[in-house]
Parts: sequence; C-alpha cells; structure tokens
Amino acid sequence: MTDRALVVVRAGALTTVQDRGRPGHAHLGVPRSGALDGPTAALVNRLVGNPPEAAVLETTVNGCAVRPRSAVTVAVGGAPCPVSVDGRPVAWGAPVRVSAGALLDVGAVASGVRGYVAVSGGIAVEPVLGSRSTDLLSGLGPAPLADGTVLPLGTPADVHARVDVAPQPAPPAELVLRVTPGPRDDWFTPEALRTFTSRTYRVSSASNRIGLRTEGPALDRAVPGELPSEGMVLGAVQVPPDGRPVVFLADHPTTGGYPVIAVVHPHDLPATAQAAPGTPLRFINKRHH
Amino acid sequence: MRALPVGDSALLVEVSSGHEAQALHADLLRRRAEGLLTVREIVPAARTVLLDGLDDPARLASELTASEVPPAPPRARDAIEIPVRYDGPDLAEVAAHWGVPEQEAARIHADAEFTVAFCGFAPGFGYLTGLPRRYNVPRRATPRTAVPAGSVALAGPYTGVYPRSSPGGWQLIGRTDAVLWDHARVPAALLSPGTRVRFVPVDGS
Repeated sequence: MTDRALVVVRAGALTTVQDRGRPGHAHLGVPRSGALDGPTAALVNRLVGNPPEAAVLETTVNGCAVRPRSAVTVAVGGAPCPVSVDGRPVAWGAPVRVSAGALLDVGAVASGVRGYVAVSGGIAVEPVLGSRSTDLLSGLGPAPLADGTVLPLGTPADVHARVDVAPQPAPPAELVLRVTPGPRDDWFTPEALRTFTSRTYRVSSASNRIGLRTEGPALDRAVPGELPSEGMVLGAVQVPPDGRPVVFLADHPTTGGYPVIAVVHPHDLPATAQAAPGTPLRFINKRHH
Repeated sequence: MRALPVGDSALLVEVSSGHEAQALHADLLRRRAEGLLTVREIVPAARTVLLDGLDDPARLASELTASEVPPAPPRARDAIEIPVRYDGPDLAEVAAHWGVPEQEAARIHADAEFTVAFCGFAPGFGYLTGLPRRYNVPRRATPRTAVPAGSVALAGPYTGVYPRSSPGGWQLIGRTDAVLWDHARVPAALLSPGTRVRFVPVDGS
C-alpha cells in the first residue's frame, strides 16, 4: 500500500489548503473562501495532470517545504520564487518529479506575494461543505499548515499533463482594478466618487485573504449613520469609517454594515493575490472604458 | 422595492422593512425551487436580499421593480426549540433596561416567538427577530474578547446564539447546549433564514 501524503517540514508564514471554495452557503454566514488566484491554482493543477478543482497549497511570501511519502509530480506557480528538490534547483512553473522522501522547498518570492503548489492527486483533506479550502475568517476547513502537519494526497488521474510550461502573468507593478459603481455610491460625496477613481492608492500591509486594504485619500460620506447589514459579494469595495476602501477577497464576511462604493470586475481580482504592500493601486470606472 | 446593481452579476433588492425582506426572501426561494430563477446565492439581510450569480441582473431588476413585495408566506414549519439557562452575565443589565426583574426578563424572552431574519457574522449565526420593539437593547460599550459558544445574546432588535467562541459585543442573557453549527451534520446549521425559533427556559446549574 502506498502512503500518499505530504509531511510539512517548513510551514512558511501562512500556507493554506485551497480549492475553488464553498460558494452557495452565504445565506448561512459561510464565506466562499477558495484560492485568491483561481486561474493560477487551475494552471498548476493542469501542469501536474489534476482537475482544476483539486486542492493546492497557497503560500505567503516565504514559501514552504514539504516531503512527500511517495513519488509525486508537483508544479509551483503564482509569485516567482526559487524551487529546489533536496537542495538542487528545479523548474518553477513546470511539472517536477519529486521522489518519495525527497524535500521540496518552495523559496521566498522574488516578487508578488502568493505561491501555488499543486501535487499530483491533489491535497485530500476532508472536505467541509464540499470544499477543502481553509477559511481564515470563519475557521472552516483545515487549519493553516504547521511544521509537522501531514496532508493526505488523492489518487493521481491516469492522464498526463498536456502542458509542460505555461505563461503566467508577472506580479503587477501597479494594480489597476476596473470597478462598477454601486450599490451604495450614493452614500458618498461627488468629490469622494471622483477621488476614488482618479487618485492612486497603495496596498496596505494590513491586507489579507479577507480583504485588500488600502492607504490613500479618505472617501467622505454624503450620508452619515449606519447601513443596516446587507449581503456582500466578492470584489465589493467597502468603505469603513476611516474612509479607506477595502476590496473584499475570498474569505470576506457574507454580510456587512459599511457602504459598498463599487464592485471590482471579477477578472481583475486574481492579480490582487500578488499585490505586495506598497503596490500602487488605481480604481477605474468600468463604465468610462 | 428597489433593485440596485452590484457589479455585473448581482442585485441588491431593497425593501422597507425586515418583514418585507423575509417575505421577499421566501418568495425568491420558492421561485428558485420551481426553476423560475437561476442564481448562486440568495442572501437576506436586515432590509435587503442579495442575489449573486445572475446571468441577466438587469432583466430581473426591471421585473422586480415593476412588482409588489410578495405577501408573507404561511408559517408552515414548526418552531425549533432551543433550551436556555437564563443566567447570562448581562441579564441584570438587560432587565434594568427593560425596567423589569431578571426573572421577568427571562419570561418575556421565552414567551416570544422568533424568526431567523438572516445569518451572518459566523457560520450558523442567525439574527432572530420577534421581540417587540420596546425591548431593543444597545450593544455593550466594550465588546468582549471571547463570548462562549452557546451564549444567547441580544443587540438592537435581534437575538442571536453564538455558534462558537468568538469576540462579541452583544448582551449575554443565557446559555444553551444546542449545537448551532456542526459541519459534519446535515444540515450543518441549526438555524437558517426563515426558521421559527422558541427559547425554552431550563433550570440553571
């Protein structure tokens, strides 16, 4: 019997298991969760012959190191970083064979923030509501990796990957997010609406999987007071009392009481996974482009 | 009824009261069950229902804004009973706010029939309405860093039960052993929007 599992040797700053998340349960207060950069998670899965929904590892800034108990194929994508097997450099963004007991080290990122590590067979922790994703807001799904964690692996598909290498977008030097105004743009002054789509913000170091926080000009409200709690979507740009917009990412709360000035186009969200603190950020009005 | 676009594939439907939001939510669920509506999420809240994952939100928006808020559905399901020991650390404060003795505050709460207006904050956390408006209470000035799981709590017009230990600013009036959330159970959530609830007093330990 083969022992299909990964032993975590170095968990890294924050490494979680992610798949496509658990949409469809927001009415119970369950965030959708899932990989912040879904296209990259699907791509590294494809490189190792997994279906796109297989669970991968999402690393943060300084990678991780794991030791498979049986031979596996892995692929590392997302933020560019050095990758090694037993100390020997191997390819990033391409399938790599790792023999049983060898040490796969995913190094610190050269740029960007999050790495995606696919392993043939996929990470096979027990699903919760149909997903293996770690949700850092609600605590659903497996805990973030710790040194010594053992992660079960699934059975690899009996197909070979059709791609050897695949182009991946470089981490953005400037993040440009197209937005559709509303639903609560009328809660802000006309000046705030102009500021929002004309000035440059910077990505705040307080950003996480729940939200991309920003530093920059505060947005003034035209309507004071509290908004009764209402449902929130992925990509909603919520403006808390400090006036700095927050873009809701995968682990966002399902309801919220601060007004949403606009919603980011879904195609622009994966890039937020790689926006390091300090990255310039502009919101542009989709209706004007 | 107002339908506000939320990005390219969602609508936030706004009505004028919590009751209307509950009625609209029930009607949208019925339409989805009958195959008349294709949508990924239907998320009721205080005065709104969010529809996320729509193919043609503009069409649904014009359809909804041209129609009246549907009448409240008949109450078909039996109420879920949640046993409560009314011995919470804020019971005295809530009773004082209501101008009644503690025992009477517990009785008032246990006599009301509640409905889960919506969920949020944490998986399985319901915002329950049912107390008359005169019993609204403010949140605590300073939230607690850890509210124990099973705490029965009040804030504004709502009653809630903490599914797990978490920070919280609600007024704690009691505890229950009921399991509000168990992801291995089907359904995982004891309470979902529209569920009717009664709190049944049990003797404290």
